[in-house]
Amino acid sequence: MDEHDHPHDAHAPIQERDQLTEYEKLTWAIQALLVEKGIITADEVRRQIEDVDSRTPAQGAKVVAKAWVDPAYKTRLLADPKAAAAELGIDASSVNILVALENTDTVHNVVVCTLCSCYPRPLLGLPPDWYKSLNYRSRVVVDPRGVLREFGLELEPGIEVRVYDSTADMRYLVIPQRPLGTEHMSEEELAELVTRDSMIGVAKARAPEPRPLAQAAVPH
Amino acid sequence: MAAKFKPGDRVRIRVGSPPGHFRTPAYVQGKVGSVERIQGEFLNPESLAHGGDGLPRRFLYLVSLGQADLWAKYPASLQDKLFIDIYEHWLEPA
Repeated sequence: MDEHDHPHDAHAPIQERDQLTEYEKLTWAIQALLVEKGIITADEVRRQIEDVDSRTPAQGAKVVAKAWVDPAYKTRLLADPKAAAAELGIDASSVNILVALENTDTVHNVVVCTLCSCYPRPLLGLPPDWYKSLNYRSRVVVDPRGVLREFGLELEPGIEVRVYDSTADMRYLVIPQRPLGTEHMSEEELAELVTRDSMIGVAKARAPEPRPLAQAAVPH
Repeated sequence: MAAKFKPGDRVRIRVGSPPGHFRTPAYVQGKVGSVERIQGEFLNPESLAHGGDGLPRRFLYLVSLGQADLWAKYPASLQDKLFIDIYEHWLEPA
């Protein structure tokens, strides 16, 4: 349906759903009990939610952009990603072990958790809904090239596709390839090209905007 | 305790569905792959999920499997692989 063929009421009141799901009821009941028994405080819960919500793919992008411009940092990132993230002030201590997977001309890595939704949250924030969907989780292991094609990524047969199924204590972060034509860009500009999806491995890093031609070079 | 397997070893992933929680997906059970890396020793999630202490710790291995070995219809001409973390008690020599 076209989204403009019906009238909008921009000021429709925001309504709470009146029915909680079973899991919401369970969560609230457990939280209320833990607070009542003095095991945690409501403020601690609030701070934890605030921390989770503050994590975004910008953190991962900062790490990847630094690895693109600084080969020594990339070596440290591949050897010990948590320590390398900490160098940039990113706390990944909640992850048991973080693993960085480098995409190259011959290898393309893509990450899934077929059992649930394991995800490198300190670096990427909360996973997108599709990452948690049964569709992605079940199909990317069986037909990775077909699923990547649906994301708009067509890979040559000569490239080895590696699907990482994070079933246990490891959390995987993909280091996408640095796009061509970015030699002139600063680390901050490069970080803008590192998208969430490229760090899951369902896309490449964004291509840079074409550089504006100098006025003198434009023929009249 | 020492790890039972080392990188390069061929291993078969056991078939099983023990009661309760386990983290070895059905689609790799019974399949043969290679140990890529020893990830370390970790508390056993099968115990942790049910309020246990997770002990003894289990070695965890990164195992690679050829996609063409995993799926009958996968084009054998491709070098594509699946990498998956499997606890030691789910592995046997192949």
